[in-house]
Amino acid sequence: MLVQYIPVFLVIAVAIVFAVATVFSSEIFGPKRPTQAKLSTYESGMKPVGTTHERMSVKYYLVAMFFIIFDLEVIFIYPWAVQFKKLYIENGISVFVSMVIFLVVLELGYLYAYKKGGFKWD
Amino acid sequence: MLNNFQEFYNIIPILLIGAGFLISLLIEMYFKKSDVILPWFTILIFLAAGFHALYAVNSVSVIFQNMLATGGIVNIFYIIFTFGAAIVALLSIDYIKKYGTYFGEYYILLQTSILGMMLMAGAKDLFMIFLGLELMSVSFYSLAGLNRKRLKANEASLKYFLLGAFATGFIVYGIALIYGTVHSTSIDMIASRFYELSSDKLFIAGILLFLIGFSFKIAAFPFHMWVPDVYEGSPTTIAGLFSTGGKAAAFSAIIVTLGVLFTGRIGNILMPYLAVISVLSMFYGSIVAISQDNIKRMLAYSSISHAGYLLIGLAAGNSFGVAGVIFYLASYTFMNLGAFGIVALIEGKDESNLTLKSFSGLASRYPLLAALFSIIMFSLAGIPPFAGFFGKYYVFIAAIKSNLTWLAILGVLSSVISVYFYLRIVVLMYFKDAETDLKIDVSKTGLAAVIISVLLVIIIGIAPGTIIDLIAFFFK
Amino acid sequence: MVQLIYLTTLLPLLGFLFNGLFGSKIKNEKIIGIIGSSTIGISFLIVVGAFFQTLSMPVDQRQTIVNLFTWIKVGNLDVNVSYQVDQLSLLMGLIVTGVGFIIHVYSIGYMHGDKGFGRFFAYLNLFIFAMMNLVLGSNFLLLFLGWEGVGLCSYLLIGFWYDRKFEKSTTSDAAKKAFIVNRIGDFGFLLGIFLIYLTFGSLNFNDVFARAASLNIPQYVFNFIALFLFIGAMGKSAQIPLYIWLPDAMAGPTPVSALIHAATMVTAGVYMVARCSIIYASAPAIMEFVAIIGALTAIFAASIALVQNDIKKVLAYSTVSQLGYMFLALGVGAFSAALFHVMTHAFFKALLFLGAGSVIHGMHDEQNIQNYGGLKKYMPKTYVTFLIASLAIAGIPPLSGFFSKDEILWSSYADGNIIYWLIGVVTALLTAFYMFRLVSLTFDGKERFGHDKHPHESPAVMTIPLIILAVLAAVGGFIGIPEIFSGEHGNQFDNWLEPIFQPAQAKIAMFGVHSSLEEIVLMVVTLVGVIGSIYAARYIYIKNIKPAEKLSKRFNGVYNLLLNKYYVDEIYDASVVTPIVKGSEIVLWKFADIKIIDGLINGVANLIEKISGSIRKIQTGVAQFYALIMMLGIVAALFWIILSL
Repeated sequence: MLVQYIPVFLVIAVAIVFAVATVFSSEIFGPKRPTQAKLSTYESGMKPVGTTHERMSVKYYLVAMFFIIFDLEVIFIYPWAVQFKKLYIENGISVFVSMVIFLVVLELGYLYAYKKGGFKWD
Repeated sequence: MLNNFQEFYNIIPILLIGAGFLISLLIEMYFKKSDVILPWFTILIFLAAGFHALYAVNSVSVIFQNMLATGGIVNIFYIIFTFGAAIVALLSIDYIKKYGTYFGEYYILLQTSILGMMLMAGAKDLFMIFLGLELMSVSFYSLAGLNRKRLKANEASLKYFLLGAFATGFIVYGIALIYGTVHSTSIDMIASRFYELSSDKLFIAGILLFLIGFSFKIAAFPFHMWVPDVYEGSPTTIAGLFSTGGKAAAFSAIIVTLGVLFTGRIGNILMPYLAVISVLSMFYGSIVAISQDNIKRMLAYSSISHAGYLLIGLAAGNSFGVAGVIFYLASYTFMNLGAFGIVALIEGKDESNLTLKSFSGLASRYPLLAALFSIIMFSLAGIPPFAGFFGKYYVFIAAIKSNLTWLAILGVLSSVISVYFYLRIVVLMYFKDAETDLKIDVSKTGLAAVIISVLLVIIIGIAPGTIIDLIAFFFK
Repeated sequence: MVQLIYLTTLLPLLGFLFNGLFGSKIKNEKIIGIIGSSTIGISFLIVVGAFFQTLSMPVDQRQTIVNLFTWIKVGNLDVNVSYQVDQLSLLMGLIVTGVGFIIHVYSIGYMHGDKGFGRFFAYLNLFIFAMMNLVLGSNFLLLFLGWEGVGLCSYLLIGFWYDRKFEKSTTSDAAKKAFIVNRIGDFGFLLGIFLIYLTFGSLNFNDVFARAASLNIPQYVFNFIALFLFIGAMGKSAQIPLYIWLPDAMAGPTPVSALIHAATMVTAGVYMVARCSIIYASAPAIMEFVAIIGALTAIFAASIALVQNDIKKVLAYSTVSQLGYMFLALGVGAFSAALFHVMTHAFFKALLFLGAGSVIHGMHDEQNIQNYGGLKKYMPKTYVTFLIASLAIAGIPPLSGFFSKDEILWSSYADGNIIYWLIGVVTALLTAFYMFRLVSLTFDGKERFGHDKHPHESPAVMTIPLIILAVLAAVGGFIGIPEIFSGEHGNQFDNWLEPIFQPAQAKIAMFGVHSSLEEIVLMVVTLVGVIGSIYAARYIYIKNIKPAEKLSKRFNGVYNLLLNKYYVDEIYDASVVTPIVKGSEIVLWKFADIKIIDGLINGVANLIEKISGSIRKIQTGVAQFYALIMMLGIVAALFWIILSL
């Protein structure tokens, strides 16, 4: 029974080996010339002092959420489009109608977000 | 085509609410006066769906490639959900005005949550259950924190979301294990293979995880921790919905999925689990409720203890028990909505009248409210002739029939304890002088909603036989 | 119409809800009165329709069960809310809604201007609702619901004028007395119902009576059932020893006395015993007991009525006495005679009470008959109708009371026990005497009231009901003309009820054969006595009041005994009430309740509160902790269930 999981175990093993190897190899082989800037928490130059709960504008999240939502819908449409011919022969027009309903519902949501000012940046 | 037509006819309640919430979106977008139209439109949709469910209660069928069931107990659940939600909507009309800004989303989310519940009750496939659960839960999370200017509401929403997601995770995990052993997510398939798999540890672990996930939703000990905080922070009307519709939906999911366990054909292997969390919930709920000073928190603990009584019916594992649970859910829905409704009427604009003190001497100033609240408290405490008594009675009888007399006795004991805190409010209202200077303007629609709930509680209490007959007829 | 019978309970219920909820808001008495009366009026029409529909059916199909909904279904116990429409329930339904309607109309006038006008009609409608459930119910539980319902309404209406004084105490004391005494009876009734369920496994009339007739059940079981049920009837129908509440019930408004405490509710016991005739027929010893109690009550109450001075008190004791007649009839197996008397009594006694109400109304709440006199010229309509009712109750042919009373007397004679007949006749003489003492003192003779009183006739809304009832009291007896007069058609009333009582009659030994000559001789003997009695009363109380005073002085002891109602209330107070009150105060309250029960309960409550206070601290409010608890729960459940597989 466990035989079929061998590839999974292999992937896990390779991942572990790879991770450990890269971390330690850089430790071993890499040159070390520490400076003040390099030893700080963020080498980018950001000061690690202040509140940890930095506030972000909610609009970033909104855009990210909209992207994910509409992106996910594509995942539904794509396989449907690929299989459309076959499905149409089997089930007739209802295949098309159901996708139209889906899109209408989706567009309604889009419209709602638009009307409510979800896409306004300021 | 005829076949298709019948399919669509049977799921008119779902279609109605599905179309209803889309139309609500449009109303919300294009009508200036949507704050007047939308509540009544929502109520209309709920009532239409509910009455159709009532009318078509006999059209039992399985539709959409074995995905949804209609008719029978499914429709009885639809009736509970939609009528309960209609009462919530009626209560909310004046209630949410006090937030200042108007939230059209409130009614839309109310509809989507009910849609989710209905999908759960009608599901014939674990995916359907999960879909419904998520639809309901996500709506609930947003509804809990709708009043985003209030810190407690934010806290409630976040806690509910975190813990809810945690519990949902277990449900998915359980579904994965079930699929792994049964090789199907069809509930009929699971039911037919239940017996042969009942000694398969993975399968049982899957079932148990599934059940545990829903134990969270029904607020059973020890998965109840979110309940008091969330009820306290959410809008009172919505807390009412959590405690009734949410609970009923979770029970409907358990009953449709594990129905095979409760028909007596195979032994109820989950009985120990159900019985133990039932006893713990009952006693924990009723004991801790005694020391609560905030009425909403008290009702939250009462909700935990009622989850315990309901679980007795499932632990009994016979068809009487399930019929009793459904009956109990119906009566509990209306009495608890009445209770939360009255709290919503009394709490006032800044929600300062939530302590028990605010209820003292209520009878002399608002005799109607006090009388209604007393009826509800009597019913919740399980005193005849109100609906609550018969609910408890039927589940206890079912337990005795399954030789779980000890469970029934513990149930009665817990009821006795719970009488203390229910009747304390009645005592406060009628025999104590007012301690606070309570001044409220009672909303007419809210009062109407409470009166309707109380009438339903009384009607169910008058004719319990007819209702239990109907339920038992469909669940054999 | 038969299928619409549920409207006869639904409409009064709606009337109750309307008047109860909005009665105090609506200031217009007309609306309240019309709604209150019309619900009963429509119900009456429906019952009439159902009656004629049933009449047109073949005799063996005259029973219809109208099923409304399942009420309680637990195990073998399956109780529906369903109404049984048959000869008996239709008869009672006609009386309740018919007389009820007339009294509702009358109340519009009588209660005019009362601050509780709406409340009064609400209670009255609720009473009709409960009473119709009582007579229509097709099972013992519904009967019991109605039984308790009418008791509640009676309590509410006796204490209706809760702010008025009544005799030495208040009306609410009278109401409480009625309620408590009825509870004693109800306890017996409830035991009877339990025993019926245990014995027959059902509470439906049809099942129980069929099984009672066919199953082989030991004699003592029947005896106990019949006895327990009869205890219930004793309370509700005011029989010895539970009759004491009815005279006090006169504290309520007079229409209430007419409707509840004369025409309908108090006859519920008779109805119930008649309904269970087959059970009583199977318990001959209890039948004998019923007859004895009935006969004793009849003569005992009639003797008290001889000397009472309150117009309503006289009528109250008269009611108790007439109820005794009915039970005498039941006890000797003349079920339909008992119901015949229920009907005629409903007419003339309701009329008497309404007439008394009219007098009290006209005399500005004066109730002492010693302060009346010569009222016939002030209120002629009241006088004539009152006289008709008095002649009817005295048993003067061809008024209704003659036929029904005569049938009872004849049945008790035919039953073979001459003592019953003798008691019946003596009671009839006493009845005639006290009724005409009442009529004479009230309407004839000199005016004995002060000049501050201005007696006047009541308005039409009150006198028209009186006239209708007077017509009924006069001609109502013709439907039950005995066989010896009516010839081949026989007694129409008995024929109508015959199918109901047929099984019971078959079980009771047949009456001995008696000639019709005997019947006529007895009738004439009674009649002569009654007429003599009336003359004596009129002679003494109109022309020559002296002998009465002399008589009462001479037999001072007896007079006082009667005036004080044989001191029964005092005896009860000393022997039952005081010991219970004292005992419960010292033993139950101060010791058992405060020390033991309160101590125990408070101890447990305190303990639970302490536990509660400490457990609540688990609720920390930290979400991570909540998740931890959940996780622990999940792990525990998984381990436990999986390991136990």
